[in-house]
Amino acid sequence: MIESIDIGLVNWSRAQFGLTAMYHWLFVPLTLGLAFIMAIMETIYVKTGDEHWKKVTRFWMKLFGINFAIGVATGLILEFEFGTNWSNYSWFVGDIFGAPLAVEGIMAFFLESTFVAVMFFGWNKVSKKFHLASTWLVAVGASLSALWILVANAWMQNPVGMRFNPDTARNEMVDFWAVLFSPTAINKFLHTVTSGYVLAAVFVIGISAWFMLKNREMLFAKRSMLIASIFGLVMGAFLILTGDESAREVARVQPMKFAAMEGLYEGRRNAPLVAIGLFARPQDPDHPKQQEFLFKIEIPNMLSYMAFLDPNAFVPGIRDLVQGNEKHNIMSYSEKIERGKIAIQTLKDYKQAVSEKNTEKAALLAAQFDDADFIDNYFRYFGYGFYDDPIALVPGVPVSFYSFHVMVILGVHFMILFALVLFLLFRNTLHTKRWILWVALFTIPLVYIASMAGWMLAEFGRQPWVIQDLMPTIAAVSRIDKSAVQITFWLFVVLFTALLIAEIKIMATQIRKGPKTEGGN
Amino acid sequence: MFENLSHLALQHYWWIIISLLGSLLVFLLFVQGGQTLIYRLGRTEQERTMIVNALGRKWEFTFTTLVTFGGAFFASFPLFYAASFGGAYWVWMIILVAFVIQAVSFEFRTKPNNFLGQKTYETFLFVNGMVGTIFLGTAVATFFTGSPFFVSEMNFSQWKSPFHGLELALDFGRYATYINLSLGLAVFFLARILGTLFLLNNIDDAIINKRGLHVMLKNTLPFLFFFLFFLVNILVRKGFAYDPATGTVYLEPFKYLKNLLEMPVVLVIFLTGLVLVLISLYKTWKSFDTFHSKAIWLAGPGAVMVVFALLLTAGFNNTSFYPSTYDLQSSLTIQNASSSKYTLTAMSYVSLMVPFVFAYIWYAWRAISRKKIDKEEMEEEGHKY
Ligand code: HDD
Ligand code: HEM
Ligand code: HEM
Repeated sequence: MIESIDIGLVNWSRAQFGLTAMYHWLFVPLTLGLAFIMAIMETIYVKTGDEHWKKVTRFWMKLFGINFAIGVATGLILEFEFGTNWSNYSWFVGDIFGAPLAVEGIMAFFLESTFVAVMFFGWNKVSKKFHLASTWLVAVGASLSALWILVANAWMQNPVGMRFNPDTARNEMVDFWAVLFSPTAINKFLHTVTSGYVLAAVFVIGISAWFMLKNREMLFAKRSMLIASIFGLVMGAFLILTGDESAREVARVQPMKFAAMEGLYEGRRNAPLVAIGLFARPQDPDHPKQQEFLFKIEIPNMLSYMAFLDPNAFVPGIRDLVQGNEKHNIMSYSEKIERGKIAIQTLKDYKQAVSEKNTEKAALLAAQFDDADFIDNYFRYFGYGFYDDPIALVPGVPVSFYSFHVMVILGVHFMILFALVLFLLFRNTLHTKRWILWVALFTIPLVYIASMAGWMLAEFGRQPWVIQDLMPTIAAVSRIDKSAVQITFWLFVVLFTALLIAEIKIMATQIRKGPKTEGGN
Repeated sequence: MFENLSHLALQHYWWIIISLLGSLLVFLLFVQGGQTLIYRLGRTEQERTMIVNALGRKWEFTFTTLVTFGGAFFASFPLFYAASFGGAYWVWMIILVAFVIQAVSFEFRTKPNNFLGQKTYETFLFVNGMVGTIFLGTAVATFFTGSPFFVSEMNFSQWKSPFHGLELALDFGRYATYINLSLGLAVFFLARILGTLFLLNNIDDAIINKRGLHVMLKNTLPFLFFFLFFLVNILVRKGFAYDPATGTVYLEPFKYLKNLLEMPVVLVIFLTGLVLVLISLYKTWKSFDTFHSKAIWLAGPGAVMVVFALLLTAGFNNTSFYPSTYDLQSSLTIQNASSSKYTLTAMSYVSLMVPFVFAYIWYAWRAISRKKIDKEEMEEEGHKY
């Protein structure tokens, strides 16, 4: 069914989706986190009645507004790209994937956009309490927006709660709660939103550090940093916890991604964790041929422990997964490909029988798709049947490895920064430690890098699957001309880059202006 | 409760929701219409600021309704999502880009150091108001006139024109193009009328109001012309009927006219809506001083009813709501394009939240717009576009 697919089209479509997703993700995490930080600040204002806290709140709210608008703009494209660029995917999984997207609109986006209006325009129109409630509802609404799309994304990594219907040739949902509460979904949600909270904390600390360096608005800077560093410290702890849990989940449902992100070729017991490493060569075209490390620092047994909470556990490597490993009961990719082809053939036979009106044969074949044995031994490898070469099923190892390690190392850096800032705030010496203030300022780009790296790992590491094991990327794409996608790709590059530049310039100007002097000081 | 409904009943329920969202969206396009009138209604910087701020407090709703409309369509009729979005690629991309540039424009327009300059953001707003409405209307017209696509037995869809949707609006060799465009233009002029009525309601300024009356009258004639052109054409045209017994789609003379006559409730909704719109325009004209700020409360619901009824006509009574002109049997109906019974049931529970959503939107809006926008407010300290 995908005989004539142009790989160029697939790659351009991926590039376009990746580009727009990246742009969306550039703005979303700040929205997620800053909303809560503002809400906390406003709560203090309402509790204490201290006008200075209102000034602090309103400054961050202004930055929030600038960032929010562009987050909304980039999200729209993503939603419709599922249809425009991944139309076969939209049909194959729309029954399941569409639902969270719709719920998100009804439940979260309206909440957010309604109360954003109250938050911005209601200062002198509604009571203090109502205004505060609106700010909190914006924060909750933002994280709810994240929930549903992440449930959908988690389902692509770990498809559960569905049944294949041969008549419609798609997966249909049979258990909404299984989709919502799959462990992958829970981890993904918690890890991703906390990453947004951490990002916003670093952002607030970095900007405040700049004010301190300029010797401006000292009280404002201290108060902002106090809230942000406590918030960051608490959320950072959650972030590391849920990241660790995510890794375990990946080891369970996506062992190939796990092996790739650790650069592990030969599976072993007592596998060590590579804490820091550098590959000797760039991407090897001959994939499972080992990529040698030029340099690495290992923590003994740690990988086995991280994956299975047991230092003795066997962690399969890329080679075990591709070639199979009888001792550890791992099926080879060529075997999976064979079985996938049988599943696809069964579907074709069924369609043939239906069109020939051979009801008896059709009924027999249709029954297969509800048969536990068939599902377990054949259908679950459905997607593998689209391939002939097992090597095509290995994701990029360096990109997975580096993105994972960059994210983790930076995560530790943020925690140290939060703790240090908080400590020095209490000693009241932070403003004298200029080098820490500089580090804080330059951590802002780093936190964006960490956050991007997380998605790079999640999405590149999943390749070549759109739906893990069931639908490969090549089968998902819309049949349009490659040139059409190229045009829209470049159009989005130009448009979003222009908007990004505008956003940064506007933000920088607003920051330089500083919090207005209305209210106490 | 929804479990007890048949799959067919759920499909009808979801088509009603889609139609409702679609009709609300058309009403909310008053923001877009208003955006094309910023310079027409506002001659001084201050007047324009008032207009932009009145519209700017509502743009998110139009936007979010568009997003929810898309999400709900995806969830309930995924085959439409796949066939139309993946097929009419250019039409949808143009609509999307028109909305992307809108989303930042209110916030960025007057901010210092905004890179592209105030004029550019105002142009963005204008382009969104024009292109967004015309193309959305054109796309909806294809529910009646059809599109060239093919759906394989595996339900993979393919568009059969190299222009990927542009032919629906620009191939002037086909008569259907004129029908499509006429709805697009009707939506555009309707949006301008509604935008004017909204501003009449929202802004307390005599000069702007006087210009508003003029603008409203000027847009009424083209609106009526294009809308009636579209209406008469689809009523006398062959429509795309569906035979549920065999599952085949065939052309039937006067199908849409028959639909209206065979579904009297829909006909009543349609006519009531049309009358409401016309009355509100007439009364605004005749008794401007007493009526101008109320007109939107009549014209708005009227527009919602008209569009709602039209969309029901496209999907109900065994009609194909997304017909294929390339291969009649590839046409989509609410039966063959829908999600599974389970998904529709689960989603129906979610839809119970909609009245609640309406309620808090209403409450919050009232809270912040008790007082009309005037010159004094624009001078005050506070968040301003
Ligand atoms: C500020 C950003 C940030 C920081 C400091 C971390 N992460 Fe993260 N991580 C993300 C931002 C992120 C993310 C962008 O939110 C991702 C992408 C997809 C997702 O679910 O979350 C992600 C994904 C992600 C995944 C892949 C999940 C999947 O593929 O389903 C793993 C295994 C980890 N993270 C593990 C960690 C660990 C062990 C961390 C410990 C320090 C950590 N992350 C810190
Ligand atoms: C917002 C942060 C995200 C980033 C930065 C991101 C990044 C990327 C990138 C770089 C690609 C191209 C990778 C490749 O195919 O080689 C991609 C593909 C894709 N991602 Fe994401 N992604 C994000 C979120 C999501 C979410 C939340 C979903 C689902 C709801 C999703 C669904 C997809 C799909 C459908 C594709 C295309 C098919 C594929 O290549 O797998 N992405 N993403
Ligand atoms: C491919 C996947 C995604 C799609 C299709 C998508 C879609 C959208 C859309 C349409 C909007 C605008 C809503 C409006 O009208 O207000 C939006 C905004 C938003 N999205 Fe996404 N989104 C995706 C990924 C994500 C992810 C991964 C997160 C968070 C983890 C997220 C969080 C948000 C938030 C918080 C907003 C609020 C507006 C803002 O931040 O400016 N989205 N998204």
